[in-house]
Amino acid sequence: MSVAARVIPCLDVAAGRVVKGVNFLNLRDEGDPVELARRYYEQGADELTFLDVTATVEDRATMYDTVTATAEQVFIPLTVGGGVRSTDDVARLLAHGADKVGVNSAALARPELLGEIADRFGAQVLVLSLDVRRVPGAERAPGVASGFEVTTHGGRAGTGRDAVAWAAEAIERGAGELLVNSIDADGTKRGFDLELVAAMRDVSSVPVIASGGAGAVEDFAPAVAAGADAVLAASVFHRGELTVGQVKDALRAQGVEVR
Amino acid sequence: MTASPRVVVLDYGSGNVHSAAKALEAAGARVELTADRDRVASADGLVVPGVGAFASVMEGLRAVRAAEPIGRRLAGGRPVLGICVGMQVLFERGIERGTDTEGLGEWPGTVDELTAPVLPHIGWNTVEAPEDSALFAGIRNERFYFVHSYAARSWTLEATGAFPAPRVTWAEHGERFVAAAENGPLSGTQFHPEKSGAAGIRLLGNWLGGL
Repeated sequence: MSVAARVIPCLDVAAGRVVKGVNFLNLRDEGDPVELARRYYEQGADELTFLDVTATVEDRATMYDTVTATAEQVFIPLTVGGGVRSTDDVARLLAHGADKVGVNSAALARPELLGEIADRFGAQVLVLSLDVRRVPGAERAPGVASGFEVTTHGGRAGTGRDAVAWAAEAIERGAGELLVNSIDADGTKRGFDLELVAAMRDVSSVPVIASGGAGAVEDFAPAVAAGADAVLAASVFHRGELTVGQVKDALRAQGVEVR
Repeated sequence: MTASPRVVVLDYGSGNVHSAAKALEAAGARVELTADRDRVASADGLVVPGVGAFASVMEGLRAVRAAEPIGRRLAGGRPVLGICVGMQVLFERGIERGTDTEGLGEWPGTVDELTAPVLPHIGWNTVEAPEDSALFAGIRNERFYFVHSYAARSWTLEATGAFPAPRVTWAEHGERFVAAAENGPLSGTQFHPEKSGAAGIRLLGNWLGGL
């Protein structure tokens, strides 16, 4: 008996709605976040992740309301990311009902932020979120030895930093979990980037959440086999293509312990 | 149990108190978030939540001078439930990152880091509850949500005074640790019942049933 592999629906939220899109001009409305959160809770989701994809000042207040309304009805852990830049941002999210916060570009800009958050709230609230792309050998910058580069702006901007090395540094600094999103796999529905998951598992003493690429129930077990402690997906759940229950049945059939 | 027991969730600036309050309401309690000493003393049940570092939780409890009303409640046999670090601080001491902090000392023992390949221990795990557990009555084969790196890895308290022998529930992550304990009016869970879905609400309902 051990801790179960977690299945985590992810909701990208803008202006109080769940959206999906490749850029902000083409965001597609996928529904009401609180309603979707309830549905996933009832389907047996182990945790939920909200990502504030616009993170403007006005949207921020709406996001707090969404988090609070969800936490009042959904009795599983809630991670909120997007635009978290300071320990005060973290305090506000926790006060509104978040259990964990995802930090991404602000930590790249100022890595000390990770230690500040971990010192004040504990490593267990701090999820380091990484958007990772593969860099072909010929184009590989000297700093990207693993072939995986960490990006910003949802994968549109490179950083020249090695994603695996950054994950290791972030854990040293206090990250309690890694949310590893493959920009290459994201939206393809061809399965998770298993080499990326394995590379992260190799350097990580903290739980690894695999994200990006899930398209069918059989995509999830290989991610767990590659070393993921949790698997995350968004649009396949929102559109009703898959239910959380179906994903768990498929994991169970492959011998993975689930709740 | 009274028709709808009145529960105080101790509000001392520790993390997500609203979730605990909402889950207790879903389990049938009337809930008040406060650190007011009279309210804490008079409630049917007191819940002490806690997330973050052992030392900062102790600091928060000291800031609202919580040790004394908690001690008085227990002396009078009035129920108290500690959750996560709110349970850890019931032990004598906590050792985190080399910092040794004195706890409330209601239970003997030390809280320190688990030895496990992956930490923090985050996720839904199984528990091994004793047959006569009141908290887990009617709850079988359910998992509960844990998020922590530190735990009490042993339990030494035996039957004391008027109370029957403590009932200890164990879980395993790398090694065995105390997942829950029931000792007269004082109970604690290392996991988060308020984040453990229907099973967690049911456990909170069991606790409310004993108020």
